[in-house]
Amino acid sequence: MTAPDYPGLDTLALHAGAQPDPATGARATPIYQTASFCFPDSDYAASLFNIERAGHVYSRLSNPTNAVLEERIAALEGGVGAIATASGQAALHLAIITLMGAGSHIVASAALYGGSHNLLAYTLPRFGIETTFVDPRDPQAFANAIQDNTRLVFGETLGNPSLDVLNIPAIAEVAHAAGLPLMVDSTTTTPYLIKPFELGADIIQHSATKFLSGHGIVIGGLLVDSGQFDWEASGKFPTLSEPYAGFHNLIFTEEFGPSAMIQRARKEGLRDFGACMAPTSAFHILQGIETLSVRMARHVENTRAITAFLLEQEQVTRVGYPELDGHPDQALAAELLPNGCGAVFSFDLAGGRAAGIAFVDALSVFSHLANIGDAKSLVIHPASTTHHRMDAAALAAGGIGEGTIRLSIGLEDPKDLKADLKQGLRAAGKAAGGGR
Amino acid sequence: MRIEVHGQPVYCYTNSREIDASKPSIVFIHGSGMDHIVWTLAARHFARHGNNVISVDLPGHGRSEGMPLSTVEEMANWIVGVLDTLKIDQAALVGHSLGSLISLECAASHSPRVRAIALVGTTTPMPVSDAILNAAESNDHAAFDMLTQWGFSKRHQFGGNRNSGIWMIGNTLRLYEQSGPDVLFHDMRACNEYTAGTEQAAKISCPTLLILGAEDRLTPVRSTRALQEAISSPIVEVLPEAGHTIMVEAPNAMLDALHRVL
Repeated sequence: MTAPDYPGLDTLALHAGAQPDPATGARATPIYQTASFCFPDSDYAASLFNIERAGHVYSRLSNPTNAVLEERIAALEGGVGAIATASGQAALHLAIITLMGAGSHIVASAALYGGSHNLLAYTLPRFGIETTFVDPRDPQAFANAIQDNTRLVFGETLGNPSLDVLNIPAIAEVAHAAGLPLMVDSTTTTPYLIKPFELGADIIQHSATKFLSGHGIVIGGLLVDSGQFDWEASGKFPTLSEPYAGFHNLIFTEEFGPSAMIQRARKEGLRDFGACMAPTSAFHILQGIETLSVRMARHVENTRAITAFLLEQEQVTRVGYPELDGHPDQALAAELLPNGCGAVFSFDLAGGRAAGIAFVDALSVFSHLANIGDAKSLVIHPASTTHHRMDAAALAAGGIGEGTIRLSIGLEDPKDLKADLKQGLRAAGKAAGGGR
Repeated sequence: MRIEVHGQPVYCYTNSREIDASKPSIVFIHGSGMDHIVWTLAARHFARHGNNVISVDLPGHGRSEGMPLSTVEEMANWIVGVLDTLKIDQAALVGHSLGSLISLECAASHSPRVRAIALVGTTTPMPVSDAILNAAESNDHAAFDMLTQWGFSKRHQFGGNRNSGIWMIGNTLRLYEQSGPDVLFHDMRACNEYTAGTEQAAKISCPTLLILGAEDRLTPVRSTRALQEAISSPIVEVLPEAGHTIMVEAPNAMLDALHRVL
């Protein structure tokens, strides 16, 4: 007799966390658009408030629709639990404020999404939390930056904008040797492309706005706890291992064991900071996740086709995708991301800023906007938009050229994407004086 | 709370309260490879309702030191040792799976110390398959996988946890993974070798509640017939849609059922 197999990723993406609605039999997860939930009697109410029963009190704390999404992402990632938040940024913030307070320190990859960088570099220092940014390709740099007051190591599975592949096993080893958890932002990879917990990460953050929901219609975030980190053994996390006056001296590690972190995040962070997800948003994200595997496979297939196409264009001086020759993380990508490196990448156009602007303006299938992970293909010229305050030197330091273009490849027919890109390349050539 | 039982430092959860001799006491006993955490909701509930709650970590489990005990009888004696240490004359016992056998044995062999028992996810005898025993003996992860998957009803293989945000399969698996080497094997072997259950059940004189999962695949309801017949006037609650991991699958229904004897 052998152990039965656990349900596969595709099956969990459709079913995890959900049961036919007990009230109506509805097969789809209903949107429980309600602020509060009635208590059958006073003792039942008291038992909910005191964490004696399972159930819902107020939708800032928990909601049946959100609960399905939370359980589903936890199942897909192989964790113990999750919390749905108002945005990916809210998920990052929730993790940080659950684990530390003023006087603490974070070691983070220097290749982060701009919003995450802003939070760590400019906003959190006002609240006494400092961050040291290090080269994401250098595990030793993470080790060297760890201080006595460090409480978290953080990076993105694929760094922004150069798609640096985070060496999760090596950096997790560094973090764990120092008694610290590793949190990764897996927004661009999703559990279809990488399972960070299996590689040693302890916490995962998603912007569900992107590939998980997949259609550019919703803002949301997810925080997932692996349940693998030993908070008590570390001795550095009193929020989890010491009595919490805000909940009758509850000690989260004592009462919840492997789910201590995600429980504290809900009981305190969601309660007090209030960055909860709307139930309708959770519903939209659930619909997206149902087709995650199908979409991600097509995203990657199209991306491979487009990167190959761009490599053949003489105006294109660089294509930055980890599967391609010349990318510094090609070998690591093959090991950690065998199913593909996502669908967001950048390339450099000859002709600088003028060429970049002309290229973007000439596209019609690609949408010019600031987002990634839509079913529709997206484009942005960082030098004139997201990074417009930077001069050429500052851009170069960030791995961005004046002619750098970022694409998020969607699910369209690749021949139409190529035709659109050809149109852009012609416009870029004219702007650069090539007369093509 | 850290106490010493039979010379061994051990841990029991008491909801951060001292034992109050004026209050009734309830001892919660976890199942194989688990620890006190499986009883957190129930223990918090009955603590608020004026009881001393003592949710033990059996020796070698959770936060308790020492080697796991080998037989159900030894474990029952150890529970009496907990009562002695805490100066509790009589307590109600709530046990899950292996913990239910310990409760049953305790009620039969140490009846003056037990005022009621609630057996959750129980049966006797409780044979364990060679596949699980062999995997547990080799500390093979497959033992955790088998118990996790068969421990939940078919419908709960996909979750549907009423406790928001917790993936019940993952959380249960992680609890098994955090048990020490050989712990699960000792527990499973103790279950397998405890063959006196039905005979002992006939000696029980205190109120006895059986809480069974209608879809339990490890200790199916149909296997409890002999136990139900052996016990004098048992109260039987069969919870629909629950498997063997009743505390997780049907936490509220279990709580309501426990009130029948607690």
